[in-house]
Amino acid sequence: MIEAKDVNKYFGDHHVLKNITCSFEKGKTNLIIGQSGSGKTVLMKCLVGLYEVDKGTIFYNDRNFSQMNFEQRKSLRQEIGMLFQGGALFDYMSVEENVMFPLSMFTRQTNDEKKARVNFVLERVNLENVNHLMPSELSGGMRKRVAIARAISMQPKYLFCDEPNSGLDPQTAGVIDKLIKEITVEYDITTIVNTHDMNSVLSIGDTVAFIFNGELWWRGNKDTILHTSNKELNEFVFGTELTSRLKQ
Amino acid sequence: MNLKVISHTGDYVLLMLKVFTRPQKGKIFWQRLMDEIQGLGIESIGIVAFISAFMGAVVAIQTAYNIDNPFIPLTMVGWTTRQSVILEFSPTIISLILAGKVGSRIASEIGTMRVTEQIDALEIMGVNSANYLIFPKVVASLLINPVLIILSMWMGILGGWLAMVASSLASTTDYVNGIRIDFQVYIVFYAIVKTLFFAFIISTVSGFYGYETRGGALEVGQASTKAVVVSSIIIILFNLILTQLLLT
Repeated sequence: MIEAKDVNKYFGDHHVLKNITCSFEKGKTNLIIGQSGSGKTVLMKCLVGLYEVDKGTIFYNDRNFSQMNFEQRKSLRQEIGMLFQGGALFDYMSVEENVMFPLSMFTRQTNDEKKARVNFVLERVNLENVNHLMPSELSGGMRKRVAIARAISMQPKYLFCDEPNSGLDPQTAGVIDKLIKEITVEYDITTIVNTHDMNSVLSIGDTVAFIFNGELWWRGNKDTILHTSNKELNEFVFGTELTSRLKQ
Repeated sequence: MNLKVISHTGDYVLLMLKVFTRPQKGKIFWQRLMDEIQGLGIESIGIVAFISAFMGAVVAIQTAYNIDNPFIPLTMVGWTTRQSVILEFSPTIISLILAGKVGSRIASEIGTMRVTEQIDALEIMGVNSANYLIFPKVVASLLINPVLIILSMWMGILGGWLAMVASSLASTTDYVNGIRIDFQVYIVFYAIVKTLFFAFIISTVSGFYGYETRGGALEVGQASTKAVVVSSIIIILFNLILTQLLLT
């Protein structure tokens, strides 16, 4: 479980996150939703330590992340996997080298053991015979799947996904959502997904946190989100032509 | 303007404190070092050899044409070419050319990794990204640049000789005797010391501008340009300082 308590973040005079208190549960896909610029990516980057919070604390299973030193954070980060918006695969490495990188960096496994693990996680994300391809040779969906494979190669306890469906067609986006959900349940990990894709919300949103202007505006799940009376959330949820027609 | 320079210098020093730490995994550092020696050094051999040979030829021809006093022996052509090439042309001009070729490569490579979140991905894994990315480039530059500069010296002097043979402005005997007049090993030492300083400047300044890139493709281009301009200015300044310190 990950908990954010009274988290505040400023960029200069701009108050980006305002007193966010929120918990993200183990074995569930916890979604953070909100409009572009609402602060959801900043919140995720604060949770993983890419940004330092200006006020407030973050706990990983009662371990105070905000008070950890560099070495303690380094150790904790080996329990974290993250899927970035564009995949963030290393351009100069093949698929196999990308997935193997964390294993080479942090384990003492033999080459055969590492290769076996790479093949296992690639199979898990339904990718085969792509080991020697370079990231530039992959489609958007394949890049995301390789990034997921890299993120789970170290058997993380926490998985963060920043806009996993951005730039993907609805079908491929559905495949990625399904994969994230399956991995969360299978490995019993705490998964946090940043998204503004309502398809994702309705298919995998075990818990949903709606961020509006840097504040935690609403909390619920995929079943309650369509029946809320919260004005700002309704505008967000039914903001597209498709969803507004469906509502009518 | 001054505040900006002080701020940049502070950021540079802080980054270098992160860069100059023990690599997390020796084997991976070694692989990276070999790749960098190939990318930054071996791939520069052609351009260094080409420019050096032609510049040596030009220096020799200009010297030969300007000797119109019969009391000045033609051995001066070889002597002047040797002194120009070893003292100034190879260590300084070739370093400036490498600042353009290698510096822009380093800044754009690291800058692209920054804007595509590859550096964030390294940080999330618990990797000291500054050390992982910049340190092998610095070590590779310190190892390979002196080799390139010595090659440049050879090619410059060889180019001068070929020009003399082709133009018949001086005989091989005069040219070779000129090269051997009053040769002091110290001038080669002086050139190598300068080269090491310049290699350090090129790799760290370019690494700094790449690492500090924020934004997108436009900012990567700007970082690359800044890296080359700033490296070149610092090289010119240090050239004066080192010449004063080492030759007076």
